[in-house]
Amino acid sequence: MSTQLSLGRVARAVAAKDLRIELRSRVIINQVFPFAGLVMVMFAFALDNDDVLTRVAGGLVWLATLFSLIIIIQRSFVVDTADGALEAQRVAGLDPAGIFVGKALAVMVQLVTLEIMLFVAAVVLYRVQLHADGVVLLVTCIVSATAGLSFVGTLYGGLTAGSRGRETLLPLLMLPVVAPVLIGATRATESAFNSGGAAVSDGWPWVGVLVVFAAAFGLGGILSFGSLIEE
Amino acid sequence: MNEQTFNARVATPTTRLIGAMAIVSMAWVVIGGLIVTPKDVDQGDAVRIMYVHVPTAWVAYLAFIVTALASACWLLSRKHSMGFDRVAGASAEVGVVFMAMTLLSGSLWGRITWGSYWAWDPRLTTTAFLLVTYIGYLAVRGLGGSLEQRARRSAVIALLAVLEIPLVHFSVLMWRSLHQKASVLSGDGDIKMDGSMLTTLLVGVIGFTCTFAWLVLHRQRVLAMQDAMQMTQLDAALRERASESADRVEGLK
Amino acid sequence: MDHLGFIAVVYGVTFTVIVALVVRTLSQGRNLASKVADKDKPWT
Repeated sequence: MSTQLSLGRVARAVAAKDLRIELRSRVIINQVFPFAGLVMVMFAFALDNDDVLTRVAGGLVWLATLFSLIIIIQRSFVVDTADGALEAQRVAGLDPAGIFVGKALAVMVQLVTLEIMLFVAAVVLYRVQLHADGVVLLVTCIVSATAGLSFVGTLYGGLTAGSRGRETLLPLLMLPVVAPVLIGATRATESAFNSGGAAVSDGWPWVGVLVVFAAAFGLGGILSFGSLIEE
Repeated sequence: MNEQTFNARVATPTTRLIGAMAIVSMAWVVIGGLIVTPKDVDQGDAVRIMYVHVPTAWVAYLAFIVTALASACWLLSRKHSMGFDRVAGASAEVGVVFMAMTLLSGSLWGRITWGSYWAWDPRLTTTAFLLVTYIGYLAVRGLGGSLEQRARRSAVIALLAVLEIPLVHFSVLMWRSLHQKASVLSGDGDIKMDGSMLTTLLVGVIGFTCTFAWLVLHRQRVLAMQDAMQMTQLDAALRERASESADRVEGLK
Repeated sequence: MDHLGFIAVVYGVTFTVIVALVVRTLSQGRNLASKVADKDKPWT
């Protein structure tokens, strides 16, 4: 018991490992990023109205993010379960809370990168305009929303990882849970973009919701990840 | 293997009593709701749906609470008594059915009263959300594995659900308040109820609760027997393997 | 009665579903009870 590494060190090691694997294999970069971009284009095909697109751009970005999150989470755990690596980490005595935080951190990095790309796409494809006074709000929104999404995703991803067709359960479990993030992030983003007359100041209460959500699931995940990945 | 048959009785005095109370109350609700009670001053005959809708909504939420409490008890009890897990599972199964019926009756009531089958008001939206959460919980229970794994996973999921419900409800509340709809959608809240109406409603709540209790008690007995069968089959399989390998060892000597 | 159709559907579906649940649970119970030893039944 006393040779256990601290949560912080485990988390950093796991996050570094996951990110290194991604940098070498480039699966997310080569497959998921284009997928997300494609989703943005398909929204334009489906909605077919420039004014509507500009108005709902915030929501579309976060929807595309959520769909991509599912794939990113599944990938995050395929990496571990393919060779029983998650089992090995657990058996080796690594604190599951550390594994949880580490994996969530790696997902966060990938997700934030994706979101930046999607926001650029929104400016280009949907003609959204971001003014200087909305930038702080947008950045805060992105960070807090992504933290919440990463925690929830890692938690339910751990549960549904593994064989026997559990992966298909991930969207059903995860998407309802992240509903507050979708609602909050979209409203905050719309405020940042002044979509439909929303003022920047209207967005901050929503950031509050996002922060509470991230804190709740960060803590919830730290407490319960261990139980969920036990085989 | 001997195919012994055992006593096929599943009832106990408790469930018989609860069952009888349920049947009597249900009959009262039907007669009261459809015949005895008058039309409402504002809603007309639409209020009759409330005699069914309010009790099923109550049961659906009660079931959720029972699942959460039973899950917490399982997690906290030192010997992880499986009875708690079975009650949690049975309650969720009954709850999901009542939640679906609540949404149906509420939707039809809405069609009559406001002209549309759905509205994105906080209570309806949270109810729909709860339905999906139940379904997810039941899917997790079906993932397989040992009984303890099933209990542990579903207990955690149930408690995470308890964590999210207020988050969801609060965000939806904030969201819908942006649209500043005049909330006519308080449903049952504003009706002036005449004596027979109130009685029918109360009897309905009691009766449906008895039905809920009966269903959960019987369903968790079914689960107990299913679990026992699973253990028996597991034991038999293990014993077969053990005797197989013992034979092989014998053969090597 | 106004809206008789809607009211009939609500009452009809609700009580039919409940009865179906009751019947199914009882028959599952009796079926299993004949196969499972009494010592494994927590209520006996």
